Amino acid sequence: MNLKKSLSFLTSAFLLVTAINVNAQSDTDAKKDTSRLELVNQDAIYNRPFIKMDKLRTAVGGYMEANTNYFAEDGVSEGFSMELRRFNIFLYSTIHERIKFLSELEFEHGTEEIALETALLDIEINSAFIFRAGILLPQIGLVNANHDSPKWDFVDRPLSSTTLIPSTLSEVGFGFHGKLYPSAVVVSYDAYVTNGLQASIVNNSEGRTFVPGGKNEEMFGEDNNGVPMFNAKVSVANRKVGEYGISYYGGAYNTFRVEGEVVDATRNVHIVAFDWTFKIKKIGIKGEYVMVKVDVPEELLDLYGTTQHGGFIEINQQVFDKKIMDFEHAKLLLNVRGEIIDYNVGDFSTPSNTLSTVDIDKGDNIASIMAGVSLRLTSDAVLKFNYRFQKTTDLFRNPAANLGGFQFGIATYF
Amino acid sequence: MLKLKAFILIGCSAGMILQGCTKLVPRAPDSGEVIAEPIEGLNNAQMAAHLVGDERFAHVYSPEEGLGPVFIQTSCEGCHVGDGKGHFSSVVERFGMWENGVFNYLDSLGGPQLQGKAVLNYLAESIPDAGTVVSRRVPPIITGLGFLSAVHDTTLLNLAAKQTAQGNGVSGRVNYVMPQSAFILESHHVDSSGYYIGRFGKKATKATVKEQIVFALKEDMGITSDFDMFDPFNIEVGYNTGDDVPDPELAGNQVNDLVFYLRTLKAPTRRMEDDENVMAGEELFKQVGCAECHISTLKTGYSEIEALSEKEFHPYTDLLIHYMPLLGDGYPEGSASGDEWRTAPLWGLGLAADSQGGIAYYLHDGRATTINQVVNLHLGGEADNAASSYKALTDAEKDQVIAFLNSL
Repeated sequence: MNLKKSLSFLTSAFLLVTAINVNAQSDTDAKKDTSRLELVNQDAIYNRPFIKMDKLRTAVGGYMEANTNYFAEDGVSEGFSMELRRFNIFLYSTIHERIKFLSELEFEHGTEEIALETALLDIEINSAFIFRAGILLPQIGLVNANHDSPKWDFVDRPLSSTTLIPSTLSEVGFGFHGKLYPSAVVVSYDAYVTNGLQASIVNNSEGRTFVPGGKNEEMFGEDNNGVPMFNAKVSVANRKVGEYGISYYGGAYNTFRVEGEVVDATRNVHIVAFDWTFKIKKIGIKGEYVMVKVDVPEELLDLYGTTQHGGFIEINQQVFDKKIMDFEHAKLLLNVRGEIIDYNVGDFSTPSNTLSTVDIDKGDNIASIMAGVSLRLTSDAVLKFNYRFQKTTDLFRNPAANLGGFQFGIATYF
Repeated sequence: MLKLKAFILIGCSAGMILQGCTKLVPRAPDSGEVIAEPIEGLNNAQMAAHLVGDERFAHVYSPEEGLGPVFIQTSCEGCHVGDGKGHFSSVVERFGMWENGVFNYLDSLGGPQLQGKAVLNYLAESIPDAGTVVSRRVPPIITGLGFLSAVHDTTLLNLAAKQTAQGNGVSGRVNYVMPQSAFILESHHVDSSGYYIGRFGKKATKATVKEQIVFALKEDMGITSDFDMFDPFNIEVGYNTGDDVPDPELAGNQVNDLVFYLRTLKAPTRRMEDDENVMAGEELFKQVGCAECHISTLKTGYSEIEALSEKEFHPYTDLLIHYMPLLGDGYPEGSASGDEWRTAPLWGLGLAADSQGGIAYYLHDGRATTINQVVNLHLGGEADNAASSYKALTDAEKDQVIAFLNSL
């Protein structure tokens, strides 16, 4: 071992020895909140374990997730494969008692995609009014700002969260968030303006209206039309009844103006989501319902829908909580998730030349059911195994394609 | 000890689950119900090439890849769903005008085909006022094209001669067409003063699969290739506007991937061949004269793909054009008049509804939704005798013919 490596090893060892494992939220308003703050979706980005280095004001954390896939669609399978889905590194810094910085660097599929997913600054005026700016996660639906894999019991994220809401959607923007405490509930709110999604919501490589198609690296540099998008969420949480949120994200997505000249009509996207998280004894129930409205040019309506909707409901039943080997509180959960998505709500216009009258609903929808087990060895590390059966109907309502398969995954904070 | 047992149990369970994976995932439908499969007899390299083409066929093009600026569909698969017959919403419209006895395809006004969709920041095309003749076409089934393309021209010439000699009113003829830039002379082609026999398209206007693909890439999706470097445009915007992607948007070898894929798609498999009604219907189909044009069996000539070479197959077509006045739309192509149409291959007819949203839309423009409607539209031309004979059948006999057609 050469001198450089030796010094590096000693430095690392010293840092680890002096490290303290903390939750980022614990040093701020958690003290003021007498209700179960961990329920509040808004705090998810701070509700993570970090390693705090003594003497340093910056804490380090992260998570990784990896999984196997074995799927077949209508008898055709690519076979068995493995993927390192994500390796994310957090940096958290308390610059001042009232100023916090959080960033998240994501490596997806090894180094196939590397993205700065979060880099935000929170300046707290008081707990009801915190200014936020930087690369932030819009508060839309249940998952976008609470997407860390170790918190979830299935390998895949819900379809409504990834194909209607483009989770993970991170954007440059600013705004405010905070919490109010009227009576026995916590009311949290978020309101941001961001550069917003871009024109590829239609005319994309999916061949359908696809909100995630509007994500573009350029949106971190400048807005494509000079009109910011707006995002807001209000949630109500109570330890007995759970948390319920309503959120909105929307605005003009197309490039309707170039160098001050109008080159197209203004076209908007609107996403409204309802989400819920609650527990009945040891059964956790969560889900979301999402509605999408997109202004689409008249001539594209056959291919690109103006209305999409769908959602999921997930039930997590804890089977036991006991010591297994050295794990004091290992938990085994049985999990079920049902999902329905319709990507193109509406009818085809009846052709003028047919000899019979036909009125055809558009298809382009997915129904999926997943069942599985997850073993939470600690609160930060989880092993997951699940089966998915999914029926996909094409735009024309031809016989559905049946997909089924197994996934085994691991996810852990570090 | 207990832990060891638990680990063994978990290990065995995991092994059993993995072993059972293949049984717990959805099974493939019966081969007869699926047409998007390769022909039998491909070697490994040919299968690999087929799958490359398959992927390209399903690829959805975006404006960044050259889609448009005006277009009809965003992928080949979008029109030819599952390689089957297309949905009525994917209908294409060709337009033109008669001018002093000569048909003008109105290329300078955005012809010959309407692209009714446009990428954002561009205008969708509409048929210009001068486009007084309009022809509507539903995307055809595209399986078995390798077999059709390998039939020797002399086979088609002999069929035409035989029909004319019979003197029963059926007198199909070949459509001689000018070869286009993608045309490659093959051993089965017969030169006729620089013209060649067309066999693909509703009026048999393309002599090769490759020409048909290059035309569809451009006219359906606005994708340029080495063989046609000009995007479609909207005359209301201006010539050659709206697409900044360097041409060609698809290289020659990528076009060849598509050609190989389509040439190596299997012929649709017959189903319920042994059913009594189906067999009786087949006999009636021959008796009434449908089989005069919808010939059951053809044979390929030499093909460099061994699985296609010197093979008998059953397309139920003669690949000839016939006079069908009730289907006429006044739109000529090659030497085919507005009233002449190529005999449509009937293979895969029984699976049409599975790619058209549950309702079969028959004929070149999808106007008919029942076989009886189809037959009525065969009256008055070369198929008049056959159509009249069919109409004279009892309802039970008609049902048998329909059962036979649905078995194809």
